[in-house]
Amino acid sequence: MTLQRHKYDVLVIGAGGAGLRAAVEAREAGLSVAIICKSLFGKAHTVMAEGGAAASMGNVNDNDSWKVHFRDTMRGGKFLNHFRMAELHAKEAPDRIWELETWGALFDRTKEGKISQRNFGGHEYPRLAHVGDRTGLEIIRTMQQKIVQLQQKDGREFGDMEAKIKVFAECTITEILRENGKIAGAYGYWRETGEEILFEAPAVVIATGGVGKTFKITSNSWEGTGDGHALALKAGANLVDMEFLQFHPTGMVWPPSVRGILVTESVRGEGGILTNSEGERFMFKYIPDVFKDKYADNEAEADRWYVDQDNNRRPPELLPRDEVARAINTEVKAGRGTEHGGVYLDVSKRIPAEVIKKRLPSMWHQFYELAGVDITKEAMEVGPTCHYVMGGVEVEPDTAAAVGVPGLYAAGEVAGGMHGSNRLGGNSLTDLLVFGRRAGAGAAQYVKSAGANPVSDATIKAAADRIEAPFSRAGGENSYSLHAELQEVTHNLVGIIRTRAEIEEAITKIADIRARSKNVAVAGGRKFNPGFHLAFDLDNMLLVAESTAKSALLREESRGGHTREDFPGMNPDWRQINQIASFDGDKVTIKSQTLPVIPKELFDLFDVHELEKYMTPVEIAKGGTN
Amino acid sequence: MARKLNLRIWRGDATDGGLKDVQVEVNEGEVVLDVIHRVQATQMGDLAVRWNCKAGKCGSCSMEINGKPRLACMTQVASFDEDETITVTPLRAFPIIKDLVTDVSFNYKKSMEIPAYEHPKDLAPGEARMEQVDVERSQEFRKCIECFLCQDVCHVIRDHEENKKSFAGPRFFIRIAELDMHPLDMLKNRKRTAQEEHGLGMCNITKCCTEVCPEHIKITDNAIIPMKERVVDIKYDPARMFAGILKRDKRN
Repeated sequence: MTLQRHKYDVLVIGAGGAGLRAAVEAREAGLSVAIICKSLFGKAHTVMAEGGAAASMGNVNDNDSWKVHFRDTMRGGKFLNHFRMAELHAKEAPDRIWELETWGALFDRTKEGKISQRNFGGHEYPRLAHVGDRTGLEIIRTMQQKIVQLQQKDGREFGDMEAKIKVFAECTITEILRENGKIAGAYGYWRETGEEILFEAPAVVIATGGVGKTFKITSNSWEGTGDGHALALKAGANLVDMEFLQFHPTGMVWPPSVRGILVTESVRGEGGILTNSEGERFMFKYIPDVFKDKYADNEAEADRWYVDQDNNRRPPELLPRDEVARAINTEVKAGRGTEHGGVYLDVSKRIPAEVIKKRLPSMWHQFYELAGVDITKEAMEVGPTCHYVMGGVEVEPDTAAAVGVPGLYAAGEVAGGMHGSNRLGGNSLTDLLVFGRRAGAGAAQYVKSAGANPVSDATIKAAADRIEAPFSRAGGENSYSLHAELQEVTHNLVGIIRTRAEIEEAITKIADIRARSKNVAVAGGRKFNPGFHLAFDLDNMLLVAESTAKSALLREESRGGHTREDFPGMNPDWRQINQIASFDGDKVTIKSQTLPVIPKELFDLFDVHELEKYMTPVEIAKGGTN
Repeated sequence: MARKLNLRIWRGDATDGGLKDVQVEVNEGEVVLDVIHRVQATQMGDLAVRWNCKAGKCGSCSMEINGKPRLACMTQVASFDEDETITVTPLRAFPIIKDLVTDVSFNYKKSMEIPAYEHPKDLAPGEARMEQVDVERSQEFRKCIECFLCQDVCHVIRDHEENKKSFAGPRFFIRIAELDMHPLDMLKNRKRTAQEEHGLGMCNITKCCTEVCPEHIKITDNAIIPMKERVVDIKYDPARMFAGILKRDKRN
């Protein structure tokens, strides 16, 4: 088989929001760019984002500003966020949204004709730019079409639309290649044919999204197998805080085949309420102390908030996702769940049917066609589903450069730090845009000063041998069964609620599955063979699961997307700690690293009494750095 | 309640292939994609099928189910009779790669031929003001998940490979309509180029595309017919025709 070789300035792995935004930036800086997508172009998981993109444009409530957005983001992440990422995100999000409009995006409008903004959990003001409940589709399509626009421009200039920016669809990267300690390119195969492909590029941007498929119940598509997390680890980068996974409180629970599919938070933003099997609106019981000032403790006030937000506190259904997910979990475990093990989410009694169909069209369809439920007339049954990983590649905030690997960049869900221990809804889509752009710019800057770094034959041979290996084994393990086993382990032992004994058991079991996975055999040929594809995805998921379990074992507190039954509260000492995972070629090790101290001007944005709930007296006395 | 289902799957590649019968377990509430996955995990590890979200939002699992273009993730097994054999075959309008996977690159080539959105030069980011009612016309078409079922069912290319060169297909007629109705787009003559360069005139409005659209976009009524009517207005406008004759006279 002859090896296909390509040379580009920047290689972007992943064609969701972050990858495409990075590609646009790098191309506009004058560089040649290859975009790799594991599936067809435009199918990335970004299309699944429903609710909206958070940006403090102040179109609906002009009290909003980047400072308020920054505060909400830090609170949502329980102050474990990298302050600089949260700051850049809050400051730049509005520009990124407006920029999409200049590329042809059509967001829903306010009466004045501006971009409409909706309420969401943890956001003080209506902040999410949206298009019904298909905001992610609008964002990915807009950027896909922006790429085409750039290609058409190149076509006019160079006579070939793909001269400077080309999409490699249905292509999987198995290895990021380094030479002399610096990035040199990447190696992989075409899914269609199984033929191998080499990219030589001095800079690689990882934008591969999340890890949901490591878990049994997830809102993620098959692509969420933690490829970028694992590729980065193997290329010498670090993962930060992999114990933090977001279980979205509202996934479908019935029928079984759709269990986990997302029910957008907009349902609650638009007025949906949560009740248990006894008809109790239970969220009032679960308002944590740190949020008591912001959330209504009675139904009357919560209901008034929908018409008068300045004089009432928010309904507790709109608490950050980690709080709502834990509350639902507790209700179900206490025997107050629905027939199929969820709780009720009802929007039918508060909003007229035609408004529901207009504001939540895809939810209406999803329930009507998959569960036979008409949400304009009856309640939905919902329960937590693995949705998002806050942990990810450790990066420099301003450039999105992966720490420790010159030439490697990461943006979007695969990058860590931005969301701390829990992400607010709506912050993901703007995260993609803000840090996708910064990664593209960072990579472009790097390429302009770095020389060529050719890939050696020995490196190529090692990568090729690895792809061939599963075909040369006979009678080995089945990758589908191993994947199912892994999902059981993560779901049962490192899920929403964790304990030391269970996590230790998980670590042993993951190691066992990993040992057996070395013996996976593939039936059939190389041509579009999902069993072969899964063998590589599985390897990535196992490394991710190991990182998550090992980090979860060490963090002896409960915070955001990490709940330890044996350590139920937040611990201010742990707030100062990031857990850094690295890989030595054999196993993942975790070391702790102190968070950077927040600068004084950001520290001063908060009421000191609020900070006292999160920080140690020593930190408070210090009052940030100058 | 689990039961056995008779599933008939097309297996093969561009050189050879045929229908294979399998029996597979099916549970309450499952969709066709669920049973295909079960076959893959237990009987045919290398069975090729495209899918991503399994929630009707990405448009990847397009195939023909009992001869009808559909999304496998949105087709309930319970919508067929219990003793009925369900037959799944690849999209017929596109070349086969393997099993249920076809080469849909035709669509991506066509998408590159549609001139991109052109923003007003003097309108700075954040300055745009549009009425909801005006954006909704284009928003209907922007709901498209690019499943290409409309392209597959369209007889202009389904039965006539030779038309592919000059015919963009329903998916791209709604793309052109979307840009044409976009409140801010500055590029002129989109309708005319739809007719002259993208084959709008070859559509004879049988509405098959509208029928298979999983997003229920009224492709024919809201995009194709209005564009066709306007093309007629432009092409056969007596004033323009007269002006055209004068222009030609001058050139001569």
